[in-house]
Amino acid sequence: MVEFTLPKNSVVKKGKTWPKPAAAKRVREYQVYRWSPDDGGNPRLDTYFIDLDHCGPMVLDGLLYIKNTVDPTLTFRRSCREGICGSCAMNIDGLNTLACTKGMEEIKGTIKIYPLPHLPVIKDLVPDLTTFYAQHRSIEPWLKTVSPTPQTEWLQSHEDRQKLDGLYECILCASCSASCPSYWWNGERYLGPAVLLQAYRWLADSRDEATGDRLDDLEDPFRLYRCHTIMNCANTCPKGLNPAKAIAEIKKMLVERRV
Amino acid sequence: MRTPLGTVRGLGSARQGTDHFWMQRLTSVALVPLSLFFVFLVVSLTSAPYEVAAARLGSPVVAVLMLAFIIAGVVHMRLGLQVIVEDYVHGEAWKVILFLANSFFAFLIGAAAVLAVAKLYFAH
Repeated sequence: MVEFTLPKNSVVKKGKTWPKPAAAKRVREYQVYRWSPDDGGNPRLDTYFIDLDHCGPMVLDGLLYIKNTVDPTLTFRRSCREGICGSCAMNIDGLNTLACTKGMEEIKGTIKIYPLPHLPVIKDLVPDLTTFYAQHRSIEPWLKTVSPTPQTEWLQSHEDRQKLDGLYECILCASCSASCPSYWWNGERYLGPAVLLQAYRWLADSRDEATGDRLDDLEDPFRLYRCHTIMNCANTCPKGLNPAKAIAEIKKMLVERRV
Repeated sequence: MRTPLGTVRGLGSARQGTDHFWMQRLTSVALVPLSLFFVFLVVSLTSAPYEVAAARLGSPVVAVLMLAFIIAGVVHMRLGLQVIVEDYVHGEAWKVILFLANSFFAFLIGAAAVLAVAKLYFAH
């Protein structure tokens, strides 16, 4: 059965409170989930204080401030710091989003940060995305054609290209999949909103010739039909995309090809 | 020792689920007017004596609508409960047991209700 409580060794304990920066005038409090595979302990919530006069405005700036000046052991992924790489997806103030595009000012009070929910934790804020990436690989996210390859590029009308708007922008940060209750309960068999949005991106591509095969591979009670239109995915997407709509379009195509 | 892709691919796609999806929508659309009809019927018979209620339920139009309500309702219930089991029950053995129990329960409830309507219809 589904487990609604955390196992004993995953219960989050109160952690260390790190000293406030000396002589700081404007201070912001962070509470950050910490867990290391090396010490065998429970996860804990450490408290840090950020000197806003020596720190950028985004949540990621605060994390970098902590790592650079307070606690170098704090572990998280980050790269582009402008919302295009998807590395710094984490649960901030109760919502999965990108630390680099979430402003500290958008959050009232203490800024609480956890790793993306319901994924195995490698360390601190770094979740294990192995299954997520394998699921993305499983939908074969590339153009598939049978017709002889043209001498130049595959042509696409302006209207057909526009059908990919709202799909191609996905950066695979996994915020949506990690926000989806269906993905929490059945993440090993349900593909999840991010991967299904990617699947629809190739179904909607006028140049692709494998639409039927793609639909065959998706038509499954678990792979696709675990989506119950809960809409957490659309609510949380830091890029403002709507995976639930893409999934509904897939379901429509499956009905369409038999009526 | 399986690779992540091998694990994800698993036994492959079942290539079904659309019938389930479609039938659930079909029955929910049907149940909107049928449920309203049923509620009005029950309310209109609240203080009626047995003979009046039996005669009303045994009249052809009401009996046909009752059968439609029962069949749509039972099919919808079975499909919905199946989704709940698929969502929340993870042991394969438990899942099979509950699928069987769900189907048998839905069939027995449906058969009993259909029989009741038929009995009233043929009595009048």
